[in-house]
Amino acid sequence: MNKPIRTMSIFCMLLFLALLANSTYVMYLQSGELADDPNNRRIVEARFSRERGAILVGKNTIAESKPSDDRYLYQRVYSTPFKYAHLTGVFNFFGQTALEKTQNDFLSGDDDSLFLTSFLDMISSKSPKGGSVQLTIDPRAQDAAWDGLNEDLPAGTRASAVALEPSTGKILAMASIPSYDPNKLASHDLDEVNKQDRRLQKDDNKPLDNRAIETRLPPGSTFKLVTAAAALESGDYDSAEDLVPGGFEFDLPQTDDTIGNHDGGDCGGERITMSSAMQQSCNVSFLSLANDLGPEKMREQAEAFGFNQEYLDDLPGQVESAYPANLDPPQTAMSGIGQSEVAATPLQMAMVVAAIANDGVVMKPYLVDNELTPDLEALPKTEPEDFSEAVSPSTAEELTKMMVATVDDGTGEPAQIDGVEVAGKTGTAQSAAERNPYAWFVAFAPDHDVAVAVMIQDAAGVGRDEIAGGRLGGPIAKSIIEAVIE
Amino acid sequence: MSQNGSLMGFVHRRRRGAELFLLILSLFVGIGGYAAVGFGVQEKVPPDIIGYGGWLAALILGTHIIVRITAPYADPVLLPVVSALNGLGLAVIHRLDLARDKDFAAQQLMWMTIGVLLFAGTLLVLRDHRVLQRFTYTSGFVAIVLLLLPMLPVLGQDINGARIWIRIGPLGFQPGEVAKVLLVLAFAGYLVLHRDALALAGRRLLFLDLPRGRDLGPILAMWLVSLGVLVFQKDLGSSLLFFGLFLVLLYVATERPGWLVVGGSLFLAGAFLGYTLFGHVRQRFSIWLDPMSHYGEGTDDRGRQIVESMFGMGWGGLIGRGFGNGEPWRISYAESDFIFAVIGEELGLTGAMAVIVCYGLIVERGLRTALVCRDGFGKLVATGLACVFALQVFVVIGGVTKLIPLTGLTTPFLSYGGSSLVANWVIIALLLRISDQARRPVPDFSGDPELPDNAAEVTQVVKLEKS
Repeated sequence: MNKPIRTMSIFCMLLFLALLANSTYVMYLQSGELADDPNNRRIVEARFSRERGAILVGKNTIAESKPSDDRYLYQRVYSTPFKYAHLTGVFNFFGQTALEKTQNDFLSGDDDSLFLTSFLDMISSKSPKGGSVQLTIDPRAQDAAWDGLNEDLPAGTRASAVALEPSTGKILAMASIPSYDPNKLASHDLDEVNKQDRRLQKDDNKPLDNRAIETRLPPGSTFKLVTAAAALESGDYDSAEDLVPGGFEFDLPQTDDTIGNHDGGDCGGERITMSSAMQQSCNVSFLSLANDLGPEKMREQAEAFGFNQEYLDDLPGQVESAYPANLDPPQTAMSGIGQSEVAATPLQMAMVVAAIANDGVVMKPYLVDNELTPDLEALPKTEPEDFSEAVSPSTAEELTKMMVATVDDGTGEPAQIDGVEVAGKTGTAQSAAERNPYAWFVAFAPDHDVAVAVMIQDAAGVGRDEIAGGRLGGPIAKSIIEAVIE
Repeated sequence: MSQNGSLMGFVHRRRRGAELFLLILSLFVGIGGYAAVGFGVQEKVPPDIIGYGGWLAALILGTHIIVRITAPYADPVLLPVVSALNGLGLAVIHRLDLARDKDFAAQQLMWMTIGVLLFAGTLLVLRDHRVLQRFTYTSGFVAIVLLLLPMLPVLGQDINGARIWIRIGPLGFQPGEVAKVLLVLAFAGYLVLHRDALALAGRRLLFLDLPRGRDLGPILAMWLVSLGVLVFQKDLGSSLLFFGLFLVLLYVATERPGWLVVGGSLFLAGAFLGYTLFGHVRQRFSIWLDPMSHYGEGTDDRGRQIVESMFGMGWGGLIGRGFGNGEPWRISYAESDFIFAVIGEELGLTGAMAVIVCYGLIVERGLRTALVCRDGFGKLVATGLACVFALQVFVVIGGVTKLIPLTGLTTPFLSYGGSSLVANWVIIALLLRISDQARRPVPDFSGDPELPDNAAEVTQVVKLEKS
């Protein structure tokens, strides 16, 4: 009987080898796949219970993990809740948003660059700690933006302000109102979190939206900068002093409609300088410029500034600003003054002025300056990256002249700063006749490294002309610039 | 010495000292594991470590003394491996107790005590395993009765859809575990008598030597019994186990691979029948194929156990979370069927492999015993016990790690559950008894002066078999 017993021994050996192989598969090879399963509550809870790194602005902590007494060990605390809500986002049991999401690997300590630290933690059986993230935000600029939006505008306004450092693409300020309190969404009381989340989701004012990157509106007259840039780049015009068409009204091609200027005037004649047209925000001039350039050149110029593209990696949900292809002639003409199908986010308009400030080069915007290991050892800073060369340096120079004139003696006067040269442009975009228009203001300081865009989505009880005059956005832009150059 | 004498002249050493050394090592696993659980979960050594450790050590040393007295030539590796597994099982059950505020570990220790007592009793009473051959039909009859017991209206209990429990007062019992041992004895006794008829008479069909129709009777009967267990008790695991056991013994007894073909076809037919006829079999299969679609809200959630088990083991990774750092309470029945998953989660692949290798050692020792055993009955019993053990381990660990569809069986020596633990201790006693007989020096009737005197006192009727 020994032969079949030996056969059975081999059979049993195969059974045990299969068990060993399958155990290796499950516990080693498949381990990562199982950990990535969103249903895996072990991983979710372990990550939620981990000491997560902080998010830092200047020397201040705007998000950190503090020990808590309950089963999840650490409570995420946002020390300046509303002001930075759209940047930090929320880290809670159900997931993460904004920076908490994009920087999750690093903050939680899972990132490869933290491998050594987490490996040593594992060896010494300490629970792993996450690294911290230092933002590019200038706290004074953010304060100025936040205070400006909240104090200079009527309560209940929806608005946003963005400031960039033109030479690098650093985001110096990014604020959006209405905002929310991330602490309420980060609570360990999960029912309460769900309730708050539902309330915020249902709110018609959309407080969860970061308007600086998620809201896309017609940029109105601020888009005249792009039209002027396209005109100068086309070679048809060389300087701000070249003459462009003016007059009372523009005949919209293929239609019987005519479009006049916002004040009903003629902008000072049939032929005016481009600079003068910019100063007065003359619709007729830019309608005819766009009409002459045609949809292709207009779109190429808009795309050179970043339209129709994604460029922000540090925050999720950046929408593409739009300059659609195949516009018909009336749409093309209207696009010259930032109407019809053209739509931009505040960040996009900030990038347009930042490019003008930076000799025509658009820098890729970023929010994370550098990362710090759990032992607060700094990892290499983010390298600024060219995004595109939107215009030539000479075009940038001419555009700057026009914008300086606009602030010195034009619609941009509210942004004037004593002793500092400011270049700016106002914008008003019609939405529906019964609604308040959107108001825009973009500006930069040619001698300093800052560019700003302010967008007011819906300012109740303010006349159209006042908005056009930059009275709402101008002072906010001004205070942000002041805060940066101080 | 004669030719035969030099062949038989090889005398196995007793190796009881080695066994004692290994047993002490195994106590480090049991008591050390218990202490590690206390450290990991409550950050202190359990207050009852002295009492618990003392009790465990006393039981283990008790088994050693019993073996030393009653089976001095028995295999020295079996007992330490069993002791390590049982100790580890107790520690893991204790760990689950701490997480869920239960007291299963203390009960399990009581069951282990009963198991060890039965172990001792078996070795003391049963001085020669061949005695059991007399009880072939009795064993078979009792096994069938035991299997039928849970079907009785008052005694039987339906737990988790399977009717495999009986309850008398506060005591719950799974008669299937005991029936398993009795069936091994019954099969071995039957086959050792009828092996020639089964082996030699037959006709050749194509390239297969098929047995005669009338000899097919027993295997068909066994197949029907297995299907009966499957149908009436919804116990997939036991049904598979019994059928596999019978098939293995039939093959070993007759040395004819044709039986494996016949049995394998019958198994496939049974599996197919079960799949088409029974919803619960189809469901098990579908959960096995895609457990994720049976997990979470919006599904029937019947895959939760296996999915949580997989999540836990995946989380455990190479070296595990460590005692107290996993979340094994997420797996339902973690202390019984799914205890292997808990080991995977908290002790990692390392611990899981160690456990599998321990089981492998038990099976290997059992089969080795069968090889050196001198009588056919002993060979068959040892093979049967070893293979039923291997099959059970494969079915349960394979099920927990999703190698094969899940069937409810206990993990020998690790799982919480009295019937299983006690039955497995008896299995080890039987294996040790057979191995003692097999390794004991053959009494030399030529009066070799070198043999110790007491060897002559052991009266052995050695029936030398051809095999």
